[in-house]
Amino acid sequence: MATVDAPPKAAPATPLSRRRRFGDRAFRWTTLVVSVGLVVMLAMLLWVLADGGWRAIREFGVHFVIGRDWNPVTGRETYGALPFIFGTVVTSLIAMIIAMPIGVGVALFLNESGSAWIKNPLAVLVDLLAAIPSVVYGLWGLFVLVPLFDRTVQPWMSASIGKVPVIGSLFQYKGPGGDIFTAGVILAIMILPIVTAVTREVVSVVSTETREAAMALGATRYETIRLGVLPTARPGIIGAGMLGLGRALGETIAVALVIGNSTNITASLFNPGYTIPAVIANEFREATSAGVHRSALLFLALLLVLIALGMATVSRLLVRRTTRLMGGDVAAQEEAATSTLGMA
Amino acid sequence: MSATISPIAVPPTISSHRRRKDRIFSIALWASVVIALIPLLLIVYRVVRLGVAAVSVSLFAHTALPASMPGGGMKQAFFGTAMIVGIAIVISVPLGVLTGIYLSEYGSGRIASVVRFTAEILLSIPSIVAGAFIWALVVVALGSFSGLAAGVALTVIMWPIMARATEEVLRLVPTELREGGLALGYPRWRVVLRIVLPTAGAGVFTAIMLAVARGLGETAPVLLTALGNDFVNTNPLKPTDAVPLRVYNYAQSAYPAWRALAWGGALMLLVGVLVLSVTARMLSIRQQRRMR
Repeated sequence: MATVDAPPKAAPATPLSRRRRFGDRAFRWTTLVVSVGLVVMLAMLLWVLADGGWRAIREFGVHFVIGRDWNPVTGRETYGALPFIFGTVVTSLIAMIIAMPIGVGVALFLNESGSAWIKNPLAVLVDLLAAIPSVVYGLWGLFVLVPLFDRTVQPWMSASIGKVPVIGSLFQYKGPGGDIFTAGVILAIMILPIVTAVTREVVSVVSTETREAAMALGATRYETIRLGVLPTARPGIIGAGMLGLGRALGETIAVALVIGNSTNITASLFNPGYTIPAVIANEFREATSAGVHRSALLFLALLLVLIALGMATVSRLLVRRTTRLMGGDVAAQEEAATSTLGMA
Repeated sequence: MSATISPIAVPPTISSHRRRKDRIFSIALWASVVIALIPLLLIVYRVVRLGVAAVSVSLFAHTALPASMPGGGMKQAFFGTAMIVGIAIVISVPLGVLTGIYLSEYGSGRIASVVRFTAEILLSIPSIVAGAFIWALVVVALGSFSGLAAGVALTVIMWPIMARATEEVLRLVPTELREGGLALGYPRWRVVLRIVLPTAGAGVFTAIMLAVARGLGETAPVLLTALGNDFVNTNPLKPTDAVPLRVYNYAQSAYPAWRALAWGGALMLLVGVLVLSVTARMLSIRQQRRMR
């Protein structure tokens, strides 16, 4: 790595002047203090949200997370966040189910096959998906995807899978408008680039020797990937999924526009729902500081950040384990790391 | 790096069963690429088509008008976004670059790995949380929604992005350059500022552009901190409008005129963000080629 680890101890002919040593020390300390500031900021974020959300949790306790009534009207205030938790979990799961296979497929394609002239532009295009602002996704989802799904996909699924007992109840089409399923699909599109990028990162460090050994044994490309690449990359791919899941849980604007914003909990995915970020976005400005309303929203934000941080931490550890395990070639690792950052 | 394995390399002795599986797998990979790119094409197509129709002089020249009156625009939103992003750049560029310098130049100890890890996980905090945090911290303290608060909220998002990206590009600078500078008797800090940073110059600029691209399109943090405004506001301590915010509000309206404006704003956002990301990407590819 490029770090110069030890300061050059090889003493120069003339001893370092005092002023110079001061300059070095001051510069080092400045960068150190600013860097530690980043850690302090995270700590403050957690503290501020916990402090603000404390009132809601003290007043409603465990009912806050298991209650189904959410009523911010002064005098009749009651806060049960279950509909939001339910909606957040379900939309994120739908997103995962769609984005994982496709994302891993794209990553394998970009790494294992094709020639550079088709791979590089494709990688850039997939990364561009991550650059599109979420309000643009939301606008498109609201005016294009929702009507499209209402006209075609959902009635059709309702008429086919909807007839199957048990799982059929998930696919009952009632009428037009935003719904949980559409929100899940939008989320899937939005997390696809991150799943792809992180999967590429771990797949690229599986050593060339393993691949070549598998091929030398006469394995087809499918068998090489199945037996040589995927087993070693598995923890990292799970990590990629968790990072994607973290993104999906926290996505606000696009979901708020297409999910229909209803606090009913229903079995059918084609019914409207609500998510934690969406309720924060919709109600924050109306919430007066007098009641518990704002405190309740701040507590939801705390819940969200804790889940997201947990996901990110576990994901990083899994990815790091895979890359360490392989000790893979550093150049590839670094290239993958920059590309992940590029779309962060 | 990865060996190219073409299906032709499969020897003829392979059973048709295995060959079929391989074929199906290939098709599945191709299909996933196609499926992944369809939404990109559809979104860009729709935003460009409806957006271009909505772009006119009045989009930039006029402020918001009631939906019943023709000729409203988003002038105040463009002003607001420029101010908010400007504030965010002023705060987060020094912070991000200094953190990147620390991580790359002094970053081998315990503190550095804690900072690096913090930056990594901060990359994945939901942006609405940054908004709620700065609302509780800045909006409450100042007693008003403001462009300043929105700029600080974007800093929460842009600082870690810039720190990590700056670290990456500084690490690409060959160690020999640093050693050369030190051997000539330059103090460490001047080596960093005079040799390392200029060598990585384009890369640091790329890092900044990526962070700005991200901040430009963020809606949720701005929603909770800037509030929005129907008029041009130049006071950073007063409620301010922003393009993503206006698009979000107009998207939910029932009036065709406002919806059309929403598409116009979305097109402007998309163009801004894509130009920044594509330029950043091209610069960084060129930079990496030069370094190797």
